[in-house]
Amino acid sequence: MTVTVLYFAALKEALGASSESLALPAGVATVADLRAHLAARGEAWGQLASFKNLRCAVNQDMVPLTAAVKEGDEVAFFPPVTGG
Amino acid sequence: MKIAVQEADFDVGAELAALTRGQPAVGACASFVGYVRDRNDGAAVAAMTLEHYPGMTEKALAAIVDEARGRWDLLDVTVIHRIGRLDIGDQIVLVAVTSAHRGEAFAACEFIMDYLKTRAPFWKREETPEGARWVDARETDDAAAGRWGEGGRR
Repeated sequence: MTVTVLYFAALKEALGASSESLALPAGVATVADLRAHLAARGEAWGQLASFKNLRCAVNQDMVPLTAAVKEGDEVAFFPPVTGG
Repeated sequence: MKIAVQEADFDVGAELAALTRGQPAVGACASFVGYVRDRNDGAAVAAMTLEHYPGMTEKALAAIVDEARGRWDLLDVTVIHRIGRLDIGDQIVLVAVTSAHRGEAFAACEFIMDYLKTRAPFWKREETPEGARWVDARETDDAAAGRWGEGGRR
């Protein structure tokens, strides 16, 4: 399964990455699984596991971390929004 | 309905005129404009940069406006949100709502702003004397959005 992963704002800065196409191993079925998979890269990526109030979106809809991830999805991780 | 995410400034008078001119059913137009202010969280702010999630931003704003239209009888809605670097005193956001009567317009305008604050993917980065910093989300914003409840009118 391949997905596109996007990072925004303070998280993008902390990770030093804004987007990537990622082939996922079997067993990554939810956004939380994907977060754990990425955090296991170590170094800066470990921050994903502990990032305060981490928000996520799948295909541009905000969803809880328990949401499912499917082939071709666009998954985004970001801090709480601060517009307006 | 007009939803725009843009670097350019907007003309509030022109936007309100566009919503109301030639619309005989309009009895009320409520609007909110947000500005860049010179202080936040105890620090002087010199300027800010707004980042967003292209694609999702427009989709999230449209969903918020749809939700408002489901709760109140509205005639039209305009939402304009700026991105990029903004200076003190610059306009950031405009929400304008027309309806037959003021109650609907006032409530829907406030609702759209409250939801925008917690659901639209924008992030502010402030320039302060100690350097640039990402603005922290406020719990009071979550509380403001939460008070509208699910589905109903206030």
